[in-house]
Amino acid sequence: MSMAFGGLRAVSDFNLDISSGELIGLIGPNGAGKTTVFNVLTGVYIPTAGQLEFEGQSLVGLKPYQITQRGIARTFQNIRLFANLTVLDNVKIAYHFHVKYGLLESVCRIGRYYPEEAEIEEKAIRFLDIFQLGHRKDEIAKNLPYGEQRRLEIARALAAKPQLLLLDEPAAGMNPQETQKLMEMIRWIRKEFNLTILLIEHDMSLVMGVCERICVLDYGCIIAKGTPDEIKNNPRVIEAYLGGEVL
Amino acid sequence: MREKRKEDLMIFAGCLAVYAAVQTLMATGVIGAYWERTIVYLCIYIILATSLNLINGITGQFSIGHAGFMAVGAYASAVLTVKFGLPYLLAIVVGGAAAGLLGFVIGLPTLRLSGDYLAIATLGLGEIIRITILNIPYIGGASGLMGIPKYTNFTWAFFIMLFVLFFIKNFVNSTHGRACISIRENEIAAEAMGINTTKYKVLAFTLGASFAGVAGALFSHYTYIAHPASFTFMQSFNILTMVVLGGLGSMSGSIIGAILLMWVSAFFASWPELRMVIYSLVLILLMLYRPQGLLGDKELSLKMFGRLGGGQRGTSQGN
Repeated sequence: MSMAFGGLRAVSDFNLDISSGELIGLIGPNGAGKTTVFNVLTGVYIPTAGQLEFEGQSLVGLKPYQITQRGIARTFQNIRLFANLTVLDNVKIAYHFHVKYGLLESVCRIGRYYPEEAEIEEKAIRFLDIFQLGHRKDEIAKNLPYGEQRRLEIARALAAKPQLLLLDEPAAGMNPQETQKLMEMIRWIRKEFNLTILLIEHDMSLVMGVCERICVLDYGCIIAKGTPDEIKNNPRVIEAYLGGEVL
Repeated sequence: MREKRKEDLMIFAGCLAVYAAVQTLMATGVIGAYWERTIVYLCIYIILATSLNLINGITGQFSIGHAGFMAVGAYASAVLTVKFGLPYLLAIVVGGAAAGLLGFVIGLPTLRLSGDYLAIATLGLGEIIRITILNIPYIGGASGLMGIPKYTNFTWAFFIMLFVLFFIKNFVNSTHGRACISIRENEIAAEAMGINTTKYKVLAFTLGASFAGVAGALFSHYTYIAHPASFTFMQSFNILTMVVLGGLGSMSGSIIGAILLMWVSAFFASWPELRMVIYSLVLILLMLYRPQGLLGDKELSLKMFGRLGGGQRGTSQGN
């Protein structure tokens, strides 16, 4: 898959197979094209060349919301919560496309409206409890501390019931203890929700600690793929991060 | 959920009590003809303000062409009653449907725009509608469509207002309403949560437009005449002011905004030169001391009153 903006090739010949249940890290120096890969995967950009397939179906040309409905959810590098809504409402919105009651039922409050609303509420609260945000449910999202906002964003993405979760720098701005907790949480949610996870991260302790496979991107090209140990000792990766002269 | 249903019934009962009280006062002559007229207009403006709030406040799409949709409803319904002699209720429904249809057709292309661009497009749109009406002789052109039967009275206005209010309230408190709110809060995140943002923007716009059409139908059947001069952009701004005054995104805010502005203009009607001064003063003070509007995006609720009574500050959001 390639993505060019005018003459600038942001990502070229990106090729990655992810099998179900894997936890893959995508790393690279600043401006390497990692977030562009995410944006192409989630339909924000349409790739200028190449194919995207998810469970055997092409994703090229689908709108972001359609891709989410197929089972790919994401978080953002700069947190994008519904800032003025309560924590509970943030999660409730993620259930939107699973809701079956129609417009008439919601306006007249008949049929499936009450049972489904009750179900959404119950599920959302249970979800918040899992992420230790239950006691915060009535607070406005923007008033939460940074770490909890990150957690809430992950909780919200998971509430959409994805099979593939894309995390864009989940540890950004966290201190080492928080990162440690986040690592445990990522391992745990993968097991609990049977997820495949692809994450972008600069924090090497997190990437090396949690990922089974790592893909390194530099100037839009993949320069290395492999296990954390292989990546650590790969001369091209070291060159990309530290510059050639060091060796 | 049972609590919600109970609260709904209580609100409905309260509304009926208000209706009975006002109706009795009108019948006994305590409320004179002048205030009676003001109250009917108030009901119409509450419909207009809350329907505009659905577009501007709830969904966050800044539209300022509401008078245009009101005009479509006013004329469409008047044509049915005047030219074809059809029943009033049918005329109201058709008026709303015509405005909604136009809103849908226009919403599809214009809602790709955002912010100022959408505002300019909708402003232009309202004027296009008015000028078009001005140039159709069949509906009276510049002299207006005359001889419209005066079907609207307090009962009609009040119960149609109730219907619209409950419709919007229930819509907002459903997954569909939450989808609209999420677009206002963060469109990119809404899309990433699987929400078809285009669909919900157009839906909110269409619903808002059709309620404006309903209000227009009530309006033209109260004033005997549908005239293009009633639907200028000043009318649009008038409605917008009510919404902003009450607080964008708050339904009870829109109602309070409509009541407050109607009261100001009715109370000071005998001093026309003073009226606009006070009107603008209210707005300036509001923008200085409470730019988010009287209620912000909170809703007035029974819970809030309880909390205020308990001596605490009622800052929580109620449904």
